[in-house]
Amino acid sequence: MTTIALRGISKRFGLQLALDDVSLELKAGERVAVVGENGAGKSSLMNVLYGLYAADRGEVHVDGRAVRIRTPADALALGIGMVHQHFTLVPTLTVVENVVLGREPTRLGLLDARRARDEVQATCARFGFSLDLGARVETLTVGSQQKVEIVKALHRGVRTLILDEPTAVLTPQEADELFSVTRRLSDEGLTVVLISHKLKEVLTFATRIAVLRRGVKVAEVAASASTPESLAELMVGHRVPTTTATDPRPSEVVVALEGVSAGKLCDVSCVIRAGEVVGIAGVDGNGQRELAEVLTGLRAVDGGTLTLLGDPARLNPGRARALGVAHVPEDRLKHAIVGDFSVAENVALGRQRQAPFAKGPRIDVEGRLARTTALLEAHDVRPRSPGLRIGALSGGNQQKLVVGRELDGAPKLLVAVQPTRGLDLAAVDAVRARLLDFRARGGAVLLVSLDLDEVLTLSDRVLVLHEGRLTGEFQRGAFDERLIGQRMLGVLDA
Amino acid sequence: MSGLVLSLLDTVLDAAPALIFAAVGATLSERAGVVNVGVEGMMRAGAFAAAAAALVMPTPLGVVVGVAAGALVGALHGGLCIFARSDQVVSGMAINLVMLALGQFLLEAVFSSPSGTPPITQLPRWLGHSPLTWLAVVTPLVVHGLVERTAWGLRLRAVGEKPEAVAAMGVRVSRLRLGAVMASGALAGLGGAHLSTAVLDRFEHHMPAGLGFMAVAAMVFGRWTPLGAALAALFFAFGNALRLSLASSFPGLVEVVPQGVLLALPYALTLLVLTLQRPGLARAPAALGRPYDPELR
Repeated sequence: MTTIALRGISKRFGLQLALDDVSLELKAGERVAVVGENGAGKSSLMNVLYGLYAADRGEVHVDGRAVRIRTPADALALGIGMVHQHFTLVPTLTVVENVVLGREPTRLGLLDARRARDEVQATCARFGFSLDLGARVETLTVGSQQKVEIVKALHRGVRTLILDEPTAVLTPQEADELFSVTRRLSDEGLTVVLISHKLKEVLTFATRIAVLRRGVKVAEVAASASTPESLAELMVGHRVPTTTATDPRPSEVVVALEGVSAGKLCDVSCVIRAGEVVGIAGVDGNGQRELAEVLTGLRAVDGGTLTLLGDPARLNPGRARALGVAHVPEDRLKHAIVGDFSVAENVALGRQRQAPFAKGPRIDVEGRLARTTALLEAHDVRPRSPGLRIGALSGGNQQKLVVGRELDGAPKLLVAVQPTRGLDLAAVDAVRARLLDFRARGGAVLLVSLDLDEVLTLSDRVLVLHEGRLTGEFQRGAFDERLIGQRMLGVLDA
Repeated sequence: MSGLVLSLLDTVLDAAPALIFAAVGATLSERAGVVNVGVEGMMRAGAFAAAAAALVMPTPLGVVVGVAAGALVGALHGGLCIFARSDQVVSGMAINLVMLALGQFLLEAVFSSPSGTPPITQLPRWLGHSPLTWLAVVTPLVVHGLVERTAWGLRLRAVGEKPEAVAAMGVRVSRLRLGAVMASGALAGLGGAHLSTAVLDRFEHHMPAGLGFMAVAAMVFGRWTPLGAALAALFFAFGNALRLSLASSFPGLVEVVPQGVLLALPYALTLLVLTLQRPGLARAPAALGRPYDPELR
């Protein structure tokens, strides 16, 4: 029976103290959750335990003995394995090759492919996994890839398994399956540590919950004595209002697609009306990006027609913007802001030739400053410093500014892709409130998010994309999470 | 005409090994995820060290010294790229420039001759060719086996695609990559040594005269595989030989075609082939050129 104790762990990244004197104990066969907001230090803590980060201070004890874990090899030797949020699989290698990597069976100096296969097969059989062992990992679904990650750890004989945000990319079905598998493994004596910010799954899976806030462990509570609200309060430090949608009043059609194909997108027909939020549900890479790009003019349509405000439109990014399409892109730093420019310059971005940002050919510094100051105030962006390099702002404040800028020009349609990913809870709430506020004022919103909870919370209508085709449409009030999950996987009649 | 073909074949067999060693070596570095445009400099180090050493010891031992010199320069490139995380292309080009100058400096400082070292005993010939020629036939097969069939090869392929995966399984990324870059340097050094101990009998100041860059092109054309790189190297060597044979078999040709055009032939061929290649087919290792930093946030 193994007991792992982390004692007084501190870790600093540059000026930022990521972990401040954190202690945590894990008993054999326990299911422990580590929760906290983005940047609270939960992944950092576990990366220290797995030897990926070197702690500046503190000790790790296994069975009462102080150990030094300097590399993942040390951790694996102590029976500690980790499944990362971003998979650490080599896409071009097969399942077997990925699993045996680092401890390959050899014969006469050569890789013994048959024995490798037999060994991995044995591990799968023992723990009840079924996987296509010869398949290249890049051909597997995300859910299967995650199973490969777990098998990889079990194959090394780990007794403690750390799962870092394991459900972030899974459909509800895949998430359920993951938890039933890991619960069974923990019944067999495996210690499981779940890192997550999804409070519902934490409460159903874990028995004990450690809460981190800004690098400090602020509480350790029993799951049976907690509610999502009490956990959220511990995570943030104050009560969190949750955004909920009001009844929609959809009116005229803002944008209509008919048989549109573009890249992965295949024969998609749909409309988005003024005053509604249309959410796109789908597993990553099933055409969401292409759909957003078509609507914002970033991608040309291969076939079909796109009608914007009643007129057939051939869009390019400039034309789309002129016609009233606003865009909150997925990768803020790449496509929404220039990190080295000032806040004011970023506010002008995209409309730098119009008043109040320009006077004829010249930059209108004062007009820009006035508009920026107003925007910072209206959207509570902190600090209120128009001259500051925008890269120095926190992610949440950057995103609030981007959303504010995009909604500033009175657009008709807002295309928001993963608008709250990686933000702290307060910023998530602010961004969501802006989207709903825009809808209430008669704006049309297309929301693409990989977080199904977010799609279901904010949308009036949900469209499901699978391999570039629409496989389902659901109205608010008739959302069926399981059915949506099946459609996301391409299962049509079940 | 058969004379032309035979002399062509002879020239290919003489010149190709240098390209083959260097190109096959380059695949090792790049499959591990480290860009290696420093092949030229590594070849030059091998060519010089082998010839200089062969002045005071038996030539085969000189070749070993050449290989070691290549590996040493490889270690320098690897160290810069892996530990100092410098830009890999810049590091490679810097190595080429430093080796260019260092070679010239040593020629003048040690041998007081700007054009080359004194002559050495050439490597003995087996079946009409240097033993390195025959080694060049075997090397691509051996390296292919190493990459595709051994545990080390599996790790090598994995670390060039996704170093995080290798690190997470408890393998040291830096050590694995350094080994690959040094092996790449050793093979480039062997290619250089072939030039100064088998093709000629001394180090000449212009060696390897762009062969290192052709080797990198051959590696790309061969899609980052040892066998592909070797075949591409053979093809480029053929272009080179064609130029020499044409010039010697048809002396009149030189009067019609300017000398410069003939000289440029192999390089033009290299460029042509690289332009004609369908870009989608050549897939570089996914993590090529990306340093691995476990604490990157």
